[in-house]
Amino acid sequence: MSARVSAVPSTQPLPERRRIGDRFGDLFLHGLTGAAAAAAAVLLGAIAWKIFQLAWPAITKYGFAFVTRQGWDTVHNKFGALDLIWGTALTSFAALLIATPLSIAIGLYLSELAPRGARTVIASLVELLAAIPSVVLGLWGILVLGPFVGQDLEPWLHRHLGFIPLFSGSPENAGMLVAVLVLTIMIVPITSSICRELFLGVPTELEQGALALGATRWEMVRGVILPYTRSGVSAAILLGFGRAVGEAIAVTQVIGAGHGIHWSLFVTGDTLASKLAEQYQGAVSNIQIASLVYLAAILLVISLLVNLTALFIVRRFSHERIGGS
Amino acid sequence: MEADTMNVVAPIEIAQPREAPRSASDLEIVFETRGLTVSYGKAPAVSDVDLSIYRNLVTAIIGPSGCGKSTFLRSLNRMNDLVPSAKVEGEVLYHGQNIYGDGVDPVEVRRRIGMVFQKPNPFPKSIYDNVAWGLRVLGMKDDLDSRVERALTQAALWDEVKDRLKKSAFGLSGGQQQRLCIARAIAVEPDVVLLDEPASALDPIATSKIEDLMHELKNEYTLVIVTHNMQQAARVADMTAFFTLERTESGGHGVLVEYDETPKIFTQPADKRTEGYVTGRFG
Repeated sequence: MSARVSAVPSTQPLPERRRIGDRFGDLFLHGLTGAAAAAAAVLLGAIAWKIFQLAWPAITKYGFAFVTRQGWDTVHNKFGALDLIWGTALTSFAALLIATPLSIAIGLYLSELAPRGARTVIASLVELLAAIPSVVLGLWGILVLGPFVGQDLEPWLHRHLGFIPLFSGSPENAGMLVAVLVLTIMIVPITSSICRELFLGVPTELEQGALALGATRWEMVRGVILPYTRSGVSAAILLGFGRAVGEAIAVTQVIGAGHGIHWSLFVTGDTLASKLAEQYQGAVSNIQIASLVYLAAILLVISLLVNLTALFIVRRFSHERIGGS
Repeated sequence: MEADTMNVVAPIEIAQPREAPRSASDLEIVFETRGLTVSYGKAPAVSDVDLSIYRNLVTAIIGPSGCGKSTFLRSLNRMNDLVPSAKVEGEVLYHGQNIYGDGVDPVEVRRRIGMVFQKPNPFPKSIYDNVAWGLRVLGMKDDLDSRVERALTQAALWDEVKDRLKKSAFGLSGGQQQRLCIARAIAVEPDVVLLDEPASALDPIATSKIEDLMHELKNEYTLVIVTHNMQQAARVADMTAFFTLERTESGGHGVLVEYDETPKIFTQPADKRTEGYVTGRFG
């Protein structure tokens, strides 16, 4: 096969210019990838711009007070976002509170403890949970989870932990708690698979170093694996939070479209995203549409802040890990 | 620094006995392996090893790549347990007790038998916390500061790090990191320290510091070192075991060829294979 290869090294001088084909290829690659990257940035800017433009009538009319006002009165066109911000914060934080330890536990089990043969199988099943379309999950929430929560879980919580304001009030089949559980189910597959990847990424020699000192598995997890992955796990949790904050359909299906600010998880409520999903189609006045888009703008700002924080954490801590003190 | 330890590529120099030669019978046996075979899956990595390791000596394990010397070392503190396919047959008697016996907790084994690895592996923590971590885990929390200082001093690192104990261990050079790992291993007051090619990733100066350190440490600990550097074995070890790869139809496995006092292994080996290896004629 190599018969045609010349044995004599080329002695010709190097060409003065790059070959046309080479130059074109590089230029093309550069242009194509650059355009793709730029498109993503431009799109983000364009969406943000359009959202703020559409919300402008509401922004000028209500100003920042919109954020701190309660109530959503479509008859008198009096709109405020505080109830919805409260609903968003309460459901997202509560979902995160359940999902975080659960995700870390699943990640640890699948990376360190589970029998080797079972690891990939269980990991795939957990990730498949994320493949359930949110509208299907919401339907399941209405038909199965809601009645269970309203008739079994909430009465039980009320009986045993009723002194905590979160578990006060009377049980219902739709409400904040059902939304919290649905959100938890949506967050866990993502955060747990990120956690698993992070734990798998801990260098084996660090784990062995800990075990060689006579540490138990638990001590090794606490002393080496968790500190080493701290930044990544925090970022994973924030990404889960971003997902919870923005979820509309499934939450709308189970939260019950309530209003007001309550500590109880049993009552019905609404979030920024669920309000948008419920009302946008049926909006009757221009100011109502603008107010709904104002909600979208608030949601956008929160989501961007959450994601930026996640990026910041990853940067700062990965710097620490490779050296700086 | 002593000139002889600096010159790493010199012809083999043999450690002079520092005390009157003792006969093997006065020495306390720490480890005794009996018919030890370690396999990964079905293939044995090292087969049928009978070897005794003596207290307060440096025992070197030398041999060509693939001869199972690291596998043997890791079987002494049950680090092979972490490899799912590893299987151990035979006995490893530690002060007479089989560490693979029923009801023996590998965690307890590793608390007495520490290990230093080929690549320095400090934890992503401060210098101080690297040494203190094992102490905290094992509940040796009284007088933590002085325990940390003593370990770092024993590892000949204290003077270099005493002003930056709270700084990240990653800021240290490779040689300093390895001495930190030695400090971490001896801080928990083990009986034995196993060293798996501890200087192979280090430059000659850092290597000679580690070797000097081993001469000091054997007063308190029993040391077992795996090395592919024969000069290093000759310089630091009192006893040397030569392993080789015995080829078979299904690949090959490591065997112990010869085990004796270091000067004997390097000057009057009993086995032709040992002679071939130590004189550099090994193929």
